[in-house]
Amino acid sequence: MSSDLRVNNNKFIDQTNQISFKFNDQILYGFKGDTLASALLANNIHLVGRSFKYHRPRGIMTCGSEEPNAIVQIGNDPSLTEPNVRATEIELYEGLEASSQNCWPSVNFDIGGINNFFSPFIPAGFYYKTFMWPASFWEKYEYFIRKSAGLGKSPTKPDQDVYDHRYLHCDVLVIGGGISGIIAAKMAAQKNLNTVLLDDKNSLGGFTIFQNNENFKINNENSNLWLKKEIETLNSFKNLTVKTRTSLAAYHSYNYLLAKENLTDHLSLNERKDKIRQRLWKIRAKKVIIATGAIERPLIFNNNDRPGIILSSSIKKYIDYYGVKCGQKISLFANNDSVYETAISLNNSGVSVNSVIDIRDKSNSSIAKQAEKLGIKIYWKHIVVNTHGYKKINSIELMKLSDNGSGVVGNKINFECDCLGISGGWTPMVHLFTQSGGKLKFREIDNTFIPDNAPSDQISVGSCNGDFELDDIVKNTNKSVKEFLNTDNSEFDNLKVICSKEVDKKNIWLLPSDKPLGKTKPFLDFQNDSTAKDVKLALREGFKSIEHVKRYTTTGMGTDQGKLSNMHALGIVAETAGVKMGELGTTTFRPPYTPLTFGAIVGRNVGEFFDIIRRTPIHDWHVEHKAEFENVGQWKRAWYYPKENENMHQAVQRESKAARDSAGILDASTLGKIDIQGTDVSEFLNRIYTNAWSKLEIGKCRYGLMLNEDGMVYDDGVTTRLGENHYIMTTTTGGAANVLSKLEDYLQTEWPELDVYLTSVTDHYATVSICGPSSKKIISKVIPGLDLSDNKFPHMSFKNVMIDKIKCRVMRISFTGELSYEINVQSNFGKSVWEKCFKAGEEFNITPYGTETMHLLRAEKGFIIAGQDTDGTMTPLDLQMNWIINKKKYDFIGKRSLYRSDTIRENRKQLVGLLTDDPNEVLEEGAQIVSETNKKPIEMLGHVTSSYFSPNLNKSIALAVLISGKKLKGQKMFVPMKNKTIGVTITDSVFLDKENKRLNAEL
Amino acid sequence: MFLINCPYCGERDQSEFSSGGEAHIVRPKQPTKLSDDQWAEYLFMRKNIKGVQFERWNHAHGCRKWFNMVRDTSNDKIHAVYKMAEKPPVK
Repeated sequence: MSSDLRVNNNKFIDQTNQISFKFNDQILYGFKGDTLASALLANNIHLVGRSFKYHRPRGIMTCGSEEPNAIVQIGNDPSLTEPNVRATEIELYEGLEASSQNCWPSVNFDIGGINNFFSPFIPAGFYYKTFMWPASFWEKYEYFIRKSAGLGKSPTKPDQDVYDHRYLHCDVLVIGGGISGIIAAKMAAQKNLNTVLLDDKNSLGGFTIFQNNENFKINNENSNLWLKKEIETLNSFKNLTVKTRTSLAAYHSYNYLLAKENLTDHLSLNERKDKIRQRLWKIRAKKVIIATGAIERPLIFNNNDRPGIILSSSIKKYIDYYGVKCGQKISLFANNDSVYETAISLNNSGVSVNSVIDIRDKSNSSIAKQAEKLGIKIYWKHIVVNTHGYKKINSIELMKLSDNGSGVVGNKINFECDCLGISGGWTPMVHLFTQSGGKLKFREIDNTFIPDNAPSDQISVGSCNGDFELDDIVKNTNKSVKEFLNTDNSEFDNLKVICSKEVDKKNIWLLPSDKPLGKTKPFLDFQNDSTAKDVKLALREGFKSIEHVKRYTTTGMGTDQGKLSNMHALGIVAETAGVKMGELGTTTFRPPYTPLTFGAIVGRNVGEFFDIIRRTPIHDWHVEHKAEFENVGQWKRAWYYPKENENMHQAVQRESKAARDSAGILDASTLGKIDIQGTDVSEFLNRIYTNAWSKLEIGKCRYGLMLNEDGMVYDDGVTTRLGENHYIMTTTTGGAANVLSKLEDYLQTEWPELDVYLTSVTDHYATVSICGPSSKKIISKVIPGLDLSDNKFPHMSFKNVMIDKIKCRVMRISFTGELSYEINVQSNFGKSVWEKCFKAGEEFNITPYGTETMHLLRAEKGFIIAGQDTDGTMTPLDLQMNWIINKKKYDFIGKRSLYRSDTIRENRKQLVGLLTDDPNEVLEEGAQIVSETNKKPIEMLGHVTSSYFSPNLNKSIALAVLISGKKLKGQKMFVPMKNKTIGVTITDSVFLDKENKRLNAEL
Repeated sequence: MFLINCPYCGERDQSEFSSGGEAHIVRPKQPTKLSDDQWAEYLFMRKNIKGVQFERWNHAHGCRKWFNMVRDTSNDKIHAVYKMAEKPPVK
């Protein structure tokens, strides 16, 4: 460690607790309390990264979340590394390994640095303009652009850390633990309100806590000492929670806020084990007090981006808080008085300030005078016109500003320095205020946007509200909080505040130079490498809206979201375009305020907790019998049951054949089931289904098709009348929740007069479906006393039965076209009933089949699956299901839409069957259908919706939707694939057993 | 993220609710008597006002009741909530 860059002047850094860390593989040392940035500066390392576009050397520029340059990669394990972390926000810990990003082979020698010399050829919009042609080359360009413009490397393995989410409700949320936040939080706590105070740093106090300067006093004490005592008093309030290392990410409407708390990032690696890394707080606050402070502005002049050019207030924090000198020969350059605070701090710590360059003609402030008295040379009305030093600044050039401020005059003054502090004034941090929907107003006198109208119960206090002087901050915070909380607390009424007041102001957005703008590099956005020149070019090329200028030049679009650059971009645009800044407005501030990790966003919703997994009561049996599973909505459904060495195709062929040859058994528990009761159910069913329900007898089942009001098929299923006023409806597996919602909607809002009650019972019943010519024999073994004859228990009817003293409902319904029974039993008996059926069926080669075979069997019969063969644009007429529409019914959902001009068009897509010329050729689902192969452009007439090889027909079959398909039966069409064209013939959509004889066929 | 005062349950987080679009669109009693244009008017035409809008909301992850809400879409202020059969408040 270069001990000559350390001073031991405070208690914020524990200089007895040395910590070792690595930067670019070099072992370095810092102290407990350092950030990575302060530790690097103490080791005289300024060069931290390369810039985004020109690969210019860049160094640490700030001390907080606004840092644009010092962005590093954390961790050396490529599988777990974390990119894009601001060195100014990483607290030093034992074992920290950090490295530079966006440079190759190293930060000191970066090949991409050549871009800097080509920079005249890389103006704003360069990528848009250059890589447009030829279009097919884009993929090649993109590879190199992405490579050269990388912002760090993503880890290759899933995040190993644990994150969580918690809710927090409070009366008052105070954001920011600087002086105004502390005053506000204390006043809220004193009023007995449940108060939470957040700060993103590891301790409270903001900038005041190290303001040890005799020009800033409260009640005759230096302001830092007064504030320290105030912070200590906060501990006594049980109703006040202080959360440090917690940054507010988003402020939504109704005072709903998100904050990220860092719990382990400051700990050494071995202390982190089994701890939650970050927690996202979801906060609902009755009242919010924003006290987020202000960020110092840079100045825009030629080569203002060199390592060693640092915000003046950050230099002050590094010396006063971290005890780190940013240089040995420091120059300061400013347009306001706060720079003199830095000069005095440096002087008090024994650092020579070789000059202050002040744009203004003079300053009457007490601190400027004190600095002069200390013998610091001040160049009034001068500006820096250029800087030198490739990897670190080593000299500057100044010139005198002309009287009107638009140019420079006189001779150049050239002198050496190893650090340049810059200050362009202050920008209130209004991000959170505007995120919440607040409107800003522009204050001409110091060129700031400050909060105007707040949308929710909130106030902004302190410098984020535009109060920059200590006495204003204290006085106005006290006054605002008293009004806001309706409290008569007088504790802060009569504080005696002494502070240096700034009276002389002068702001120049783009400082003039002795060279024309084309020859200089005045950087605006340091992270995205956009210069004042780029912004002016955008205006010349016709961009007017600030939002467009931003996107064209990428100013303010880096990970720092333009915290430093935006005001200058606005200023230069306003100036160049000749509009007032207040009229130009700002770009939109979007959450998050600082980047969030994906881990914090997803919390515990990863892996098996990503979404709910629903398993049927028979699931374990499927697992034992080696089923492969398919996700259907949230359900795990048995897909197929491969026997030894079988692939999916072989298993499905075997299952499909067995189901028609003798018997198959399917777990249909996932089908949606809605219990419907009430005196008006049949009328209700009449209104929601296309067919008639009034005459459905007790004990009978009926298939129904449900439409949307636009006439398109929505869902289907069988509904059974269990009793006089009691029905049970089944829906598709995926549609269950939506169908229930839709039915509830109509009942509650359109037909409240109907006496109908809906209850979802999907999870209450397990459904065992047995199909095939042997199914009757199997059922007779399972339920011995039941008369299964076709006239006593015909197709589409149901019986209440007992199986081993368990009440079951047996429906004789079929989705395969075979003789088929469905046993519905209370869930917890599902598995035992299934096993009983399976055992009874063993002598008949009962074969468990999954969803794939189910789909194949129903396709052989031409039964549709809502959602596979329909897509929200198919009417029942398109599906050739005219039989299910009862035209006599006065009304049902979607009825009127069935004869709109669009739905009665003859050239709509209609469901048809397809047979391939080669019966062994199986079409791909989704494949396109065309009528001729030579024409270009080729017209797409339809597509394949379902396709299988049918083992029962020994040929390939497919369902498709095709324009005017109804009329085209028997015609030839083509399905062009990547390597071949497949000839097909259009057929009826029912391939097997058109007469439905199998519904009653027994072995 | 709004805080919505469900008329049946009280204040709840917006994540418990789903929005159902414009309110007070009555399903025609005699759809067969409507022309295509009139039916399309009911079926497709919805307002998207910048300002005060009457909306349907459902407490989907709560009591499952539908209700109406008056919301200013420009600033998300909720001016009123009221049950389905109730008359909308006068401005």
